[in-house]
Formats: sequence, structure tokens, C-alpha cells
Amino acid sequence: MSDDIYREIILDHYRNPRNKGKLSNADVSIHDSNPLCGDEIDIHLKVEKDKIKEIKFEGRGCAISQASASMLTEMVMDKPLTVVKDLTTKDVLENIGLMNLGPARIKCALLSLKVLKLGMVNYYADKDPQSAKKLTDDSELY
Amino acid sequence: MQKIALNVSKIREDFPILKRKINRNKTLVYFDNAATTQKPLSVINAIHDYYMNYNSNIHRAVHQMAEEATIAYERTREEIAKFINAHSTDEIIFTRNATEAINLISYSWGRANVKKDDYVVITEIEHHSNIVPWQILTQEKRAKLLYVGVDDSGYLKMEDYKRYIESNKVKLISVSHMSNVLGTIVPINEIIKKAHDKGVKVMVDGAQSVPHMPVDVQNMDCDFMAFSAHKMLGPTGVGVLYVKREILDKMSPFMGGGDMIKEVHKYETRYNDLPYKFEGGTPNIADVIGFGAAIDYLNEIGMDNIREHEIDITNYAIKTITDVKGVIVYGPSSSNHRGGIVSFNIGDIHPHDLATIMNDHGLAIRSGHHCAQVLMERLNVAATSRASFYIYNTKEEVDIFINALEEARRLFRI
Repeated sequence: MSDDIYREIILDHYRNPRNKGKLSNADVSIHDSNPLCGDEIDIHLKVEKDKIKEIKFEGRGCAISQASASMLTEMVMDKPLTVVKDLTTKDVLENIGLMNLGPARIKCALLSLKVLKLGMVNYYADKDPQSAKKLTDDSELY
Repeated sequence: MQKIALNVSKIREDFPILKRKINRNKTLVYFDNAATTQKPLSVINAIHDYYMNYNSNIHRAVHQMAEEATIAYERTREEIAKFINAHSTDEIIFTRNATEAINLISYSWGRANVKKDDYVVITEIEHHSNIVPWQILTQEKRAKLLYVGVDDSGYLKMEDYKRYIESNKVKLISVSHMSNVLGTIVPINEIIKKAHDKGVKVMVDGAQSVPHMPVDVQNMDCDFMAFSAHKMLGPTGVGVLYVKREILDKMSPFMGGGDMIKEVHKYETRYNDLPYKFEGGTPNIADVIGFGAAIDYLNEIGMDNIREHEIDITNYAIKTITDVKGVIVYGPSSSNHRGGIVSFNIGDIHPHDLATIMNDHGLAIRSGHHCAQVLMERLNVAATSRASFYIYNTKEEVDIFINALEEARRLFRI
């Protein structure tokens, strides 16, 4: 029910998103949208020593998609790529506290993770094609 | 004609789905009629009856069931011709939906008549189905696609038509009779008159208008019109294309195959008579028959009465929603120029979040870009929420809707 979804923390991240904006000299910039809703997310990454040195997102859409993106950036900031590339949809849904979304709205919650994973695939494409392929094959998101 | 108020409680009895519960105990309030309407029992039964009792292919076989199926299928065509006042049944072509009807015109008529540097004119209020086919055509032909603008109140900028038509380069105008987002009813007779004065053909997207108001193609004098069964109590999978006979006579077929031929030889074919020439392959027989029952149902109520009912409920909805704090309503304020569609936003609540909250209350409303992203850009919004009404909706349901809006406002602290 809606009371469980639109909690204070979701509304707070929706209205005061963290790490929102562009990133100059990003190593990877990836965009995707959800055709069903029109939610849009861009993620920009700066990688240093196999860690996410900096992450920013841009986007527009519903409270769930935007709050989820904001919370994801906090979740992965400064984390090693090996950890980030293994993040599961369950990890993300638990982190934002939305485990009971229906099939339509779950796409909103997971759009930012999808974009982040696409960013990883992109990052590994030249450096480590095998990891890139594995990421693509394993993902439940696309 | 004497207008009669709809007996809505009696009508509701004919729609079994309206009794179902949403979220365990909330009665369904269905306000997504611009997307698709619910089906009365008579439509469901007509389809059931066909499969149970006389399922067979039409037009060919001699056996009794085939004859019964052909009669039932062609009866729908006759009813539709009467419903929109077409000159003859030859002008009524069955398609899968309104989208396919528009594509049929762009592929068949468009390819033969639109040349390099010609103009095709559409508008900023169009549904994607009345944009993309013309993008494909004009790109292929290196012709130009032009948009008539919409003003802040949701009205078309008629001076754009004047300017384009005077260029003498316009081959076709395609325009939605009623906007699926704003509800705007466009001055279609005036547009067609202006176009015909310069020999320009006009295609009307009637997907939103034909289900909700009396539409007379001869009075309107349009050249082409498209609409869909499922938006007017009928089943999905059936659309209608109306084409003026004199134009249809000169058009080449869209799809080759069975049923659209008279004789097939190794290297040439003689095509079938109208309208069968444009209905290649076994059609959607069951659903066309179901559509016939839908037309009967609408005729029984009367399109004038339906329009009157929707004006009444829309005026009530706009009046009450305007009192909710933070609400912006889009589209014309005059009910003379608006169908039963109310698009709106409330504070910074995204329409998808609003639709989720509404669903808690059993309300089915639509949220998003409504397949009209060009219009969304023009309105400078990413999305809107939309409530759209039909014959079975009541003012009591509007009250439930307004209460749910207030609840959303509280949840989002607006």
C-alpha cells in the first residue's frame, strides 16, 4: 500500500536528491529510460584504482525511480568495482526498503541499477571483455 | 432530438467487471476509458456465441456455419456504415486497430500521392499513431512533415493551417478529432473545408471522438477516418478505416493474400471488389461480430445522450478537481470543446506515484505521456495523470476520485 511506499526517506531523496548533476571528465556516462513511464536516468562515473571515485546522476521521473537513483549513488560511492558489479536487484530493493512493489513499479525502482550495470558493461568492454560479457549474461535487468 | 439522461445504474448492470474488487475490498472505479473501455455482457456473449455455435471462416465456404458467420461479420460492417453515416459499406475496411488504419493510408494512398518536397500536415496534439506513420512516409519520400501548433488553452492554432495550405504544397492533413490527452475537440468541419478548397485530402483520427459523440463522415466530408472498436465497448483487435469511395477506387492494396483477390495466376492477380481488396487474410471474425453487438448497445443508448452524460460528468469533475490544492488541469475550459477527458498534475507528485496511490482506492486512472510525447514537450511536462469517462461512470465515482486525490496530497505533504 502507498503508506509503505511513500515514506519520509523516499520523499526526502525525491525532493533533495543526493549526488545529482553532471560530472566533468567522467569515465563512463550512460543513459536509459523506461518506455512504460518515461522515467529517465543518466549516470556518470569516475573510476580510480578500481573503485568508484565519484558518481552523479541526472534524471526525471517518479518518486520511486528518482529516490532509488539517489540512494544507489550513496550505496556505491567509494566502493570497489568488484562489489558494484555483483550488486543484485534484491540488494537495491532492500536498501531502499521497497520489497513489495508490483511488476510495473519495480521497473521504476530498478532503472538506476540497470543504468549503473550498463555503465559497468561499458567500462569493462575494452579493458576486460570477458567480465563485460559475464555482466551482460548474468543480469536480471535486461 | 430529445436528450434523455442515461440510466447509469441500469447500464452498470450490463458490465460484470464493474463489480470486481481492487486491493481486496475496494470497488473498481474505472476512469481509463480513453485507453480502452469495458465490455457489456452482450459483446462478451456475441463472441462466445460465435465460438460456441458457428465458428467458421467467412466469404468462401458454402456450408451453413460459414454462411452464418459471413452474415454476422458483414452485419457489423453495415451497422458501422450507418453509425458514422458512410455512403456505403464499400467504404468500411476492417483493420486490427486505428493505428493499422492510419498506416494503411500512409502505405497505400501516401506512397502513391506524396512526392518529394510535398507537405504532410499533422498537429502537436497527435497520438504517436498519427505521427510515426507520417514520419516514415515523409522520410522515405523526402517530403516535409509540418505541425500545427496548440495554444496554452489546448486549442489548435488555426492560422498555421491557413499558412501551410496557402503554400500549395500540402498533400494531406491528418488530425485527431479529439485529443486523447487534453480532450480538445478540434473544429474539424472548418479544417476540412479549408483543406478541400485547395484540393488537400484530410485524414481524421476518430479514435477518441467516434466512441463519445455523434460523428457523421458525410457531413464532415473527411476523406479518411480511423477508429478502434475497443474504445467503444467492443473487443480489442478490431479497427475501422473509412475511405471515401472515389479515393478508394484508385488505391492500391496494402497487404496481398487470401480474401483480397478475385483470381490469382502465376504472375498476376485480379483484386477483389471493395472493401475486400483491403482485407487480406482471414480477419478477426469473432471480434468484428462482437463489435457489432457494441454498436447495437451504443445505438440503444444514443450517441447524443452519451455526449450529454459525458459533458455533465466532465464539468462536475473539473469543477471539483479545481478546488483541490496544487492541482493544474490541462486543456480547454469550455465543455463544448472538450470530451470526457481530464488531464492534470498535482504539486510535485509524479503521475506514476499518483496512479499507485489511486489504485489503493480502487481507482484506475492513466499516468504517463499517453503516447503523445510531442504534446508533453509542448506542455513542458514529462507526464500527466488522466481521468477519462464513459457511459457507466457516475458523479459518486468522481467524489471517490477527489477523496483519493486529497489523500495523495496529504501523503506527499502538499
